[in-house]
Amino acid sequence: MNKRSHSIAFWAAVAVFLVAVLTMTQIVRNEYPFFAGYVILQFIALAVAWSILGGYAGYVNFGTNAFFGVGVYTAVALFKATGAPLVVQIAAAAVVGMTLGFGVGLLTLRMRGIFFSIATIALAIIIETFVMNWRFVGGAAGIQIQRPPVMAPFDSYVKMLFFVQAMLAVIAVATARYIQNSRIGRGLQALRDDELAAECTGVPTLKLKLIACMISGALISAAGAPAAMYLQYADPSSAFNLSYSVSALAMALIGGTAHWIGPVLGAILLGSTQQLLAVTISSEVNVLVLGIMLVLFVVGAPKGIIGLLRPRYRLRAGGKQ
Amino acid sequence: MDLLLGAVVLGVLLGCFYAAVSVGLSVSFGLLDVPHVAHPAFLVLASYGVFQLNESYDIDPLLAGLIITPLFFVFGLLAYRVYHETFERRGSDAAVRGIAFFFGIAFIIEVLIILQFGVDQRSVSATYIGKAWRFGEFRIPIRQLVAFAVALALTVLLAVYLSKTFMGRAIRAVAQDEEALRLMGANPVRIKQFAFGIATAVLGIAGALLIIVAPVEPTLDRAYIGRTFCVVVMAGLGSISGTLIAAIILGVAESIVLTLFGASWAPAISFAMLLGVLAVRPQGLLGR
Amino acid sequence: MTTLAAADAPLLQVGTLTKTFGGFTALDNISVEIRKGERFGLIGPNGSGKTTLINCISGALKPQVGSVVFCGENITQLPPHLRARRGIARSFQIPRPFRSMTVLENLMVGLDFAAAGSAAAEEEIAMSILTRMGLAAKAAAPSDTLSQVELRKMELARAMAVRPKLLISDEAMAGLSSSEVDEVLDLLISLGEEDITIIMIEHIMQAVMRFSERVMCLDAGKIIALGAPSEVMANKRVQEAYLGT
Repeated sequence: MNKRSHSIAFWAAVAVFLVAVLTMTQIVRNEYPFFAGYVILQFIALAVAWSILGGYAGYVNFGTNAFFGVGVYTAVALFKATGAPLVVQIAAAAVVGMTLGFGVGLLTLRMRGIFFSIATIALAIIIETFVMNWRFVGGAAGIQIQRPPVMAPFDSYVKMLFFVQAMLAVIAVATARYIQNSRIGRGLQALRDDELAAECTGVPTLKLKLIACMISGALISAAGAPAAMYLQYADPSSAFNLSYSVSALAMALIGGTAHWIGPVLGAILLGSTQQLLAVTISSEVNVLVLGIMLVLFVVGAPKGIIGLLRPRYRLRAGGKQ
Repeated sequence: MDLLLGAVVLGVLLGCFYAAVSVGLSVSFGLLDVPHVAHPAFLVLASYGVFQLNESYDIDPLLAGLIITPLFFVFGLLAYRVYHETFERRGSDAAVRGIAFFFGIAFIIEVLIILQFGVDQRSVSATYIGKAWRFGEFRIPIRQLVAFAVALALTVLLAVYLSKTFMGRAIRAVAQDEEALRLMGANPVRIKQFAFGIATAVLGIAGALLIIVAPVEPTLDRAYIGRTFCVVVMAGLGSISGTLIAAIILGVAESIVLTLFGASWAPAISFAMLLGVLAVRPQGLLGR
Repeated sequence: MTTLAAADAPLLQVGTLTKTFGGFTALDNISVEIRKGERFGLIGPNGSGKTTLINCISGALKPQVGSVVFCGENITQLPPHLRARRGIARSFQIPRPFRSMTVLENLMVGLDFAAAGSAAAEEEIAMSILTRMGLAAKAAAPSDTLSQVELRKMELARAMAVRPKLLISDEAMAGLSSSEVDEVLDLLISLGEEDITIIMIEHIMQAVMRFSERVMCLDAGKIIALGAPSEVMANKRVQEAYLGT
C-alpha cells in the first residue's frame, strides 16, 4: 500500500470509530461501560502523547502527572472563574500544557536524557505544591465540581465525556501519526539514535525536541482537562498522582514506541486489564502488575508488543517493503 | 533571629543526614553514570527492613541497619548485573529503557511495601528517640544528633575509602577512563559492579537513619528523589566532598523555609533547587 | 554569494583558534586556510588536537578564542546543524550510524534536513549516492547489520547526502584491511574531483601521501608543519612527533 491509501484507510477507520462511539452513547442505557471506557480512552491519549517525546525522541518524561494535573486545574480554575464550556476548558488546558512543555524543554532538553527525566519529576512536585497552597481551587482539600447541564444529543454527562475523550484520543493518535510520517519524525528518530550525528547531518535537534515536548505536553494536558468533570471533584494528590506517569510510560513502552499503534495497543490492553483488576482485586495489585509488566518488557521485549508481533518493525512502515 | 539561628543549626544536622542518604547515589549515578532513580526506593526499603528487625526482635535501629547492609550489597550487585547485561551493553535506545527499568523497580518496591506493611507511617523505638537537649529556648532532638553523627561518619568513611584504598581508586578510575583500566588488565565491569554494591550497601545504614530521624511511609521515596538528585547534581557529579556541602546547603534551605513559611512548602524546596541548578549550573555548584 | 571574488577566496579560514578543556590546551592558536576544491590531509599523533579541530569546524565544540569563516561567513557561533546546511559535512572516528534506520533512511535524514527537496527526488539522489559508494545493494538493510567497511562507507554517504561543499573525514579507514583502505581512498579521491573540498584525518601515511595536495601536522595543539606531503614527511619535527625521540 502506498502512503495515500494508508491515509485513506486511517481516516476511514477514525470515522468508523467515532460514529460507533456516538451511536453507542445513543443506544446503550447503562452508564458503566462509558465510565470504564472513558478511562481507557484517556490512557490511549496519554500513552500516545507520551510516546511523541518518550518514544520518538527518546526523552523519558516522568512528569505526565504534572501535565495531567495542570490540565485538570486549568479546567477547574477556568470553570470556577468564568463557567467556560468544556471545549474552552480543554483548549485552554492544551495551551497551558504546551507553554509548560516549552518551559521545561528549554530548561533541560540541552542536557542528557536522565536530567530531563528528573526535572519532570521535580516539576510535578513543585506545581502540585503550588496548587495545594492555592485557595481559589480548594487547596489541599480539593474542590467539588457541579456539572453544567448536558448538551444534546447526549442524555448523560458521562456519555458526553466519553465521546469527548474519544475525540481527544483520536486527535492524539492523528498527531502522533502525522509526526511519525513527517520530516519531524525522521529527525526525532535520528536524534534519538545519536544526537551529535543528527546535528551534524543538519537536524535542528533542540528545536525538534522542543516541538515534541510542547505537542506532547499539550496533548497530555488536554486529556486531563475533562477529569474534574468526570469525577465531579478535583484534589491535588489525585490530579498529580504519579500513577499517571507510570501508566503512560508503561503502556507506551509495553506497546512499543516505534509506531503510533504501539501505545494504543498498550493502553487498550493494560487499561482494560486494570479496569477488570480494579473491580476484582485491590488497586495496589493493579499498579504492581503494571510495574512488573514494565520491567519485564524493557528487559525482555525492548520493542514492545509490536516488536513481538512483527520483528524489526520500522518507524516508517510506509515506503519500501 | 534566634528562630533563624535554630533553623540553621537544625539545617546543618539535617544536611549531614541528607549527605548520608545521597552519597550512594553520588557513586552510582555520579561516578558510574547509572540512571538510578530507584535509589530512594531502595533507601525506604532499607528503612522498612530496619523497622521489621526493630519491631520483631527489638534490635537497635543502627545495629539493624548494619545487619541488612550485606544484604543490600548483594542487591546492588544483582541490580547492576541485570542493568549491565540488558542495557549498558546494548547501545541505541537502551538509555531510555534503562531509566524506565529503574522507574519500574522503584514502583514495584513501593507497592510491595504497601502490600506488606500498609500505607500507615512506621517508626522505630530506641533509647535515644524521643528525648531532646535543651539550651534555654533552643531544643535539639537527640535522634537528630545521632543521625548527624552517624551520617557524617558514614560520608567521611566512604570519601576516605574512595580516595585512599586501592579498590576506591579503581572505582574513581573506571569512572574517568574505562579503556585505560581495561588496558591495565582490570575488568571495568567487575569494578563497577562492586562499586554499585557499595553504593547500595551504604543504604542499609542510611535507611536506619531515615527511620530514626522521622517515621517512614511507603511513598516517602518520591520526596527523596528530589533530595538525593538535588544533592548529587548540586555537588557536581561524583564529588563526595561536594555531596556533603551540597547536602548541608539543602538542609539549611529546607529548614529555613520550614520555619518561615510552614511545612506545606517544604517538599518543593529540593525540587526547586534541583531545577534551578539544572537550569543555571548543570555541572554543579562545585564543578568547574 | 557566488561572485568572482568568492571563487578565489579560501573556502574555509580558521583564525587563531584556541580551545581549552579545564587546564588542558587542546588547540593553541591554530590558523589555516583551505582552498576550494583542495584535498587536505590532517595528521598528528594521538591527542594532538586533530579531532578537536574538526569538532570546532563542524560545530560540535566551540572554541574559546578565534574564528571559523566558511564561504566568507563567520560561523564560529553557529550550531552544527546550521553549518551542515551551509555545506559542512563530516564522518566520525567511531562510526555513529542512526542504528534504528536502514541505510537509505540514514541518508534521507541529511537530504530531509540539510538539502531539502521533494521526497521522490530525495530517494533518487540517495540511491545515486549509495550506488557511487557501492552500497546500493544494502539500501534497505538495517544499519546495525553492516560490516565495518560498509559502516565507514555509509558514514561518508550520509555526509554526502548533506550535499556538502566541505567534507571532513575523520579516520574513515581506521580498522580496515589494506584493500578496503584503497577502496575508501579511491572513493574520497573521486569525490575530490567533483569540486568537493575534503579534509582527511588519517593515521595511514601511505593513504595521506596519495590523497593530499597539502598536509598539516599537529602536535600538542600546535601546527608543527604545513605544506606539500613530501615536505611535511621530511620535516624533522614531524618525524620526532611520530617516532617520539
